[in-house]
Amino acid sequence: MGEVILTMKGIDKSFLGVHALDHVDLEVRAGEVHALMGENGAGKSTLMKVLTGIYKKDSGTITYFGKEVEFHNTREAQDAGVVIVHQELNMVGDLTVAQNIFIGREPKKGIRIDDKKMIEDSKKLFERLKIDINPREKMKNLTVGKQQMCEIAKAISHDCKLIIFDEPSAALTEKEIDDLFKIIRDLRAQNMGIIYISHRMDEIKVITDRVTVMRDGGYVGTLITKDSTKEDIINMMVGRVIYEDPKTHSMCPPDAPVVLKVEHLNAGHMVQDISFELHKGEILGFSGLMGAGRTETARAIFGADPKQSGKISILGKDGQLHEVTINNPQDAVKAGIGYLSEDRRRFGVVVQKSITENSTLACLENYLHGPFIDKAKEKKDSERLIKELATKTPSSDQLVMNLSGGNQQKVVIAKWLIRDSDILIFDEPTRGIDVGAKNEIYKLMNKLASEGKSIIMISSEMTEILRMSDRIVVMCEGKKTGEIRIEEATQENIMDKATRNIN
Amino acid sequence: MTKKKSIFKDQRYIALLIAILLMVIYFIFSKEFRKYSSILSMLDFSYYDMLMAFGVTFPLITAGVDLSIGTGMVCYALVAGTLIRNNNIPVGLAMLICILLGCAIGLLNGVLIGIMGLAPFIATLSTCMITRGIGSTCPATPWPTTSQPGGWFHSIFKLTFGSGRGAFKFPIGFIFMFILMLVLEFVLNHTKFGRYTIAIGSNREATALSGINVKFYHVMVYVVCGFFTGLAAIAYAAVTPTVQPGTGAGLEMDAIGGVFVGGVSATGGYGSMIGTFIGVMIICLLKTGLPYIGLQANWQQIITGVVLIVAVLIDIIKKRRAAVL
Repeated sequence: MGEVILTMKGIDKSFLGVHALDHVDLEVRAGEVHALMGENGAGKSTLMKVLTGIYKKDSGTITYFGKEVEFHNTREAQDAGVVIVHQELNMVGDLTVAQNIFIGREPKKGIRIDDKKMIEDSKKLFERLKIDINPREKMKNLTVGKQQMCEIAKAISHDCKLIIFDEPSAALTEKEIDDLFKIIRDLRAQNMGIIYISHRMDEIKVITDRVTVMRDGGYVGTLITKDSTKEDIINMMVGRVIYEDPKTHSMCPPDAPVVLKVEHLNAGHMVQDISFELHKGEILGFSGLMGAGRTETARAIFGADPKQSGKISILGKDGQLHEVTINNPQDAVKAGIGYLSEDRRRFGVVVQKSITENSTLACLENYLHGPFIDKAKEKKDSERLIKELATKTPSSDQLVMNLSGGNQQKVVIAKWLIRDSDILIFDEPTRGIDVGAKNEIYKLMNKLASEGKSIIMISSEMTEILRMSDRIVVMCEGKKTGEIRIEEATQENIMDKATRNIN
Repeated sequence: MTKKKSIFKDQRYIALLIAILLMVIYFIFSKEFRKYSSILSMLDFSYYDMLMAFGVTFPLITAGVDLSIGTGMVCYALVAGTLIRNNNIPVGLAMLICILLGCAIGLLNGVLIGIMGLAPFIATLSTCMITRGIGSTCPATPWPTTSQPGGWFHSIFKLTFGSGRGAFKFPIGFIFMFILMLVLEFVLNHTKFGRYTIAIGSNREATALSGINVKFYHVMVYVVCGFFTGLAAIAYAAVTPTVQPGTGAGLEMDAIGGVFVGGVSATGGYGSMIGTFIGVMIICLLKTGLPYIGLQANWQQIITGVVLIVAVLIDIIKKRRAAVL
């Protein structure tokens, strides 16, 4: 680690009386990867927005290369060599890679854009990053991982000295994350300062040199990564102890009846001949790499996407399995299945509507007096669920967009509980949810299972799979490659099956 | 402080203030406007805009649009009027035909958009052309006047007591519109149809994945819009001595503009019939009122355009503020 290049000291920022940042300190040295950690809402993004000039700080000082600075917009920050690689990629899909990298500052030849120079320069950038991307390719044809590389190329093309990664790995596959880390190590070797924001504890251990932890807008402390344990960091983040022990045995009684039986399900090339059984009160984990076809399987079962063939049977009131026809989500919901999408904002909640309206969306019929909605009853049930699920909100009229990820997830859970769905498909139940809230969701899922709900849990996080599942189905490239009882499950044998079709 | 803020947060209050302001200006500067007959005539010409606007509020809430309402309205009035004249059908039946035609074109729009997946702009632009074409095949058509047999339909909108110069006329239509507004506001907020309309506008996919038949409701949104366009056709026939074939294009813009002035979110997911009501009143005040204070009618277009920009800007600024917080 080299000299100190950035010192933020005593940074304060309020929004309409709400203290978003309260005396936060941060120091970054040249040639270090500095993790910035904290739960959602801890103030990490706000701090970075203050640094890059999107927000104006109320007080405190920012010292950059020995001089006190204050950037007024991202352009000024960029010019000074401070760039941010956002979580959501800001790319124009229909432009080429080179056009995206040089957007807004295209090299000119007279009044004409110098395409040749642009492409040459892009090539040089990619050489520097040691990655192979064709600058003439349209952005939308690249994988998310490659797009991220372009975003990084764009960042370093600014001759930057301090680069901020805001949850860069959220959408990447394991392989792409490896590539990303290679690049980050290269940048570190080039003596750049790197701020790395992530929720993933394992990554922090692998890639970072120091960790600064924030909580509730305040500064908690800075640790040297290699001298601290995962638990140290988590404890600082949440201020309480969290245990991440894997499950050792199935919580589901061995004689539990089958509630859902899927046989030879086919839906496009991502779902090929999938068969499995789900028992009452069981949490069935679906593991696999990104693109293994797990979400596609869930959507096909739920009727959200068309299927070519396959038989789905569901336990009836008479204790027998009955084949059901599911052509659309309505059929699935009628059959007692609820789907909780990985992309809550897009597929799960109606963000501009209240908690109550979201909670009763799937079974408005139960609240009708003739053609009219019984709003009092709606509110009562919604408030009961808020209490049961411990949803953090000032009232049931709160718009869902004002809730955190964890609480939005609870609203979706409430929706299916009010509908009294017996089979719940959780697709990445804790994606984008911070550590503390994650734990609550886990507890909730265990409680639901113990009450007799049957759960399919799709997850890309190995710890989550091992911690929650009673049984694990592993998929790879659209096929089921294994089924493992939790007693026998290890990271190694799951990963082995998850990569079975590759090569 | 908080009270003041909440008033300006709701675009409907701003719209109401503008409407009142316009009326006050007219009252002060125009002797003509202060006459009962002027107000009566302004109201007469507001009903069809109002009905179209009520209807189109639903598609607009789903982040869609219906461009066919203007030409549709004229088309239905022409077809039904021609049937009255040539086939001697009773006016009641003609009115029913207007409504049914409206629902039929609405159904077509709905199927194209909700089921086939056409962009609302394109689907309804096509039906706009189609209805204009159908309308043009009819001759210029007068509906029965007040004194002719079948003229009773005028009293839906305007009651006439006595006769000749001393007759007193009462704009009963305004009361109907007001009641309709309350009913539709209730529909929007307290019924399944309203709830799902807003949910579709806010997030169609999440709504579908909640097990709701979004295709059905999406289609129904356009059918309801068509239904009101049918009603508008009757109101249009009541104030237009002779319905001219080939006209109607552009009339939808007054209605759609009114809805936006009333605060419907341009990106869907929010809308209010009270807002629509006030918005259309503003449009009508501009449309029929400006000549009273000596401004030519073309100023109406310009001022309406400016008002519309301001209205949509308020929506955007509101969203931006919400996003920052």
